Amino acid sequence: MAATDVDVFSNEEKRNLSLGGHVGFDSLPDQLVSKSVTQGFCFNILCVGETGIGKSTLMNTLFNTMFENEEASHYQNGVYLRPRTYDLQESNVHLKLTIVDTVGFGDQINKEDSYKPIVDYIDTQFENYLQEELKIKRSLFNYHDTRIHICLYFIAPTGHSLKSLDLVTMKKLDSKVNIIPIIAKADTISKSELHKFKIKIMSELVSNGVQIYQFPTDDEAVSEINASMNAHLPFAVVGSVEEVKVGNKTVRARQYPWGVVQVENESHCDFVKLREMLIRVNMEDLREQTHARHYELYRRCKLEEMGFKDTDPDSQPFSLQETYEAKRKEFLGDLQRKEEEMRQMFVNKVKETEAELKEKERELHDKFEQLKRMHQEEKRKVEEKRRDLEEEMNAFNRKKVAAETLSLSQPLKKDKDKKN
Amino acid sequence: MSGGETSVSEADGNGGIMGQQKNLEGYVGFANLPNQVYRKSVKRGFEFTLMVVGESGLGKSTLINSLFLTDLYSPEYPGPSHRIKKTVQVEQSKVLVKEGGVHLLLTIVDTPGFGDAVDNSNCWQPVIDYIDSKFEDYLNAESRVNRRQMPDSRVQCCLYFIAPSGHGLKPLDIEFMKRLHEKVNIIPLIAKADTMTPEECQQFKKQIMKEIQEHKIKIYEFPETEDEEEMKMVRKIKDRLPLAVVGSNTIIEVNGKRVRGRQYPWGVAEVENGEHCDFTILRNMLIRTHMQDLKDVTNNVHYENYRSRKLAAVTYNGVDNNKNKGQLTKSPLAQMEEERRDHVAKMKKMEQEMEQVFEMKVKEKLQKLRDSEVELQRRHEQMKKNLEAQHKELEEKRRQHEEEKASWEAQQRILEQQKLDASRTLEKNKKKKIF
Repeated sequence: MAATDVDVFSNEEKRNLSLGGHVGFDSLPDQLVSKSVTQGFCFNILCVGETGIGKSTLMNTLFNTMFENEEASHYQNGVYLRPRTYDLQESNVHLKLTIVDTVGFGDQINKEDSYKPIVDYIDTQFENYLQEELKIKRSLFNYHDTRIHICLYFIAPTGHSLKSLDLVTMKKLDSKVNIIPIIAKADTISKSELHKFKIKIMSELVSNGVQIYQFPTDDEAVSEINASMNAHLPFAVVGSVEEVKVGNKTVRARQYPWGVVQVENESHCDFVKLREMLIRVNMEDLREQTHARHYELYRRCKLEEMGFKDTDPDSQPFSLQETYEAKRKEFLGDLQRKEEEMRQMFVNKVKETEAELKEKERELHDKFEQLKRMHQEEKRKVEEKRRDLEEEMNAFNRKKVAAETLSLSQPLKKDKDKKN
Repeated sequence: MSGGETSVSEADGNGGIMGQQKNLEGYVGFANLPNQVYRKSVKRGFEFTLMVVGESGLGKSTLINSLFLTDLYSPEYPGPSHRIKKTVQVEQSKVLVKEGGVHLLLTIVDTPGFGDAVDNSNCWQPVIDYIDSKFEDYLNAESRVNRRQMPDSRVQCCLYFIAPSGHGLKPLDIEFMKRLHEKVNIIPLIAKADTMTPEECQQFKKQIMKEIQEHKIKIYEFPETEDEEEMKMVRKIKDRLPLAVVGSNTIIEVNGKRVRGRQYPWGVAEVENGEHCDFTILRNMLIRTHMQDLKDVTNNVHYENYRSRKLAAVTYNGVDNNKNKGQLTKSPLAQMEEERRDHVAKMKKMEQEMEQVFEMKVKEKLQKLRDSEVELQRRHEQMKKNLEAQHKELEEKRRQHEEEKASWEAQQRILEQQKLDASRTLEKNKKKKIF
């Protein structure tokens, strides 16, 4: 709902008018601020770093409070993210703070997939917001925004260079979240080593194309301080919730036999710089960047994946209604087509099987036709034989009859002879 | 680092997870957040769209000029009443004003011709169409894949000018407000309030509010606040609704002060005098205290109503308005996903059923085939047996015949032999006789 850059309207005529007195709209920023304060603010921090590197301690130190955190073991099977939400208040400002811890990061033997749960978590928060934004009946103004505004990446104080796990993870995260790399447990590095370490880290980040968060320098009020802070990245921090008496003050510090490392002493570590940048100066910018850049990128990719486009083939912009209607038509057409396909498949199957069965029937028929023919043949033969036999028998009978008649007449002859 | 403020926080207005309340032991610094917000908002600049509606001659342009202390409407840019139109038009003018480092892009939308015709039926339609088209533009911009700038030209406030008849609302007033109260924040104003005495004004206001309530018109409501001071102010404003205003383009000297006012023979009606009219209240409310809220209500209520109606129509093709309300909590895409899933399930079932029927039919057919095969086989066997029987019979007959023949032939031979013997004997005897 914010007003945009005035240039957007450059195609329309707009006039600059001068006012003849105090109208009063210079209170607009105050009205906006008062509304925001009433609504309350939301801030979500993701801490990525190995177990034991000091994430929880740093959070406690930053926010001057003891957040409950059981110490994590080194034997987690994988990386999992543990978000915890707290309601904080300072003067009249309410802050809903969510701290997301990466438990088990860097502990496994095979760390190839370590970054995945982190990326998934960030994407899930984007997805939830996107879903809410796309609902028909939505309530964005009172939606609890869980998108990660800042990722503090804890670098182990080896003094040499970044670990490959660090590079891989940061590379995967840089397009999804604002990253501020910090050197943890900086009280184990000496000043000169630290200087070299910082340079090495920054050059490695640059050469690997990792985009870390740059403090904005476009607002004159804070551009100077932001620019100078940019040069101190990555911040070398020390965290502590214990208080030690130094001189006549009680400060948060770490007591060593050789001295006391004071957390809030700028010559001891960059804690104050981190707090200044993260909370007091750029918190709102971090929220804005998350929404305007990282979330928009996620949303754009997601929508393109789902097949949404901004212009049709004629480069005419789609209206939302058209887009949805087109999608719906496509969708219904798709369903119908699937149904048709299935039916068609069945029809074909039936036809095929029918043909098969018919074929079988025909074969059977043929077989029996053949058998029948054979049988006819046999029958014919038998008939023939029978006829032959009959003929023979008839011939024989005739012969017999002839012979009998002959023999009948012959005895007469004998008698006749006898008479002579 | 000042001393810590340990404070117990209450649940805030954000929906979602209730966090654990924590007390801070020392100054952290996020109390600076409002300043950061302030800075950023000033840098961005502000915009506001104000619509003025009313018959011509009610002093709309003069009031706008008075409100913003500038010549928005001037001879070069005449106000709506000076632009004689045959039909109702909706026109906008954009001006950039600066004050105290704050940039404001002000868009004034006016409606020349409104209520001026003899037949004013549907003269609100162009206004409704304009407001809806601005909502649509915003909806489309919001729904693009690539969202860069999202210029907001939605109408955030509508000042409706009521003619100071002193009696009540005209039918046109009621019609207009009823049709627009769910699309835009309506602030009804009594124009040219200097034609009424305070008592008449009171009466008129009461009558108007009564009619507004009767017709269930929802005019812009001032939000409740927890702040006592603010609440007092809000209640004061509420008592004086609708605000009776007077505007003026001229500055007159009164008691040594230069004020905006209207000079009459009987005195000067001062625009900014709270006892003369409610102009100051309007200006304070509209510009100095509630401008942000007007924008918020437009965005969170009127626009969302428009959007959900639009998307519901698209999702259900306007088919069923009584669909389960719960379904509106999804996006149209989620709705389609669900329909897709249902369809897939349905198809699976259908497929299963068809498979079953198919299998059954095939089984039947195969069974029949087997049966007929068996039958034919049987018959074939039968016929074979028959044939064999015949064969045997024939064989038997032949054998018999052969036997008979053989025996008869044997007999014949014997007879023949006998005959031969007999004839030989005869021959012998014959021979003997001769001797």
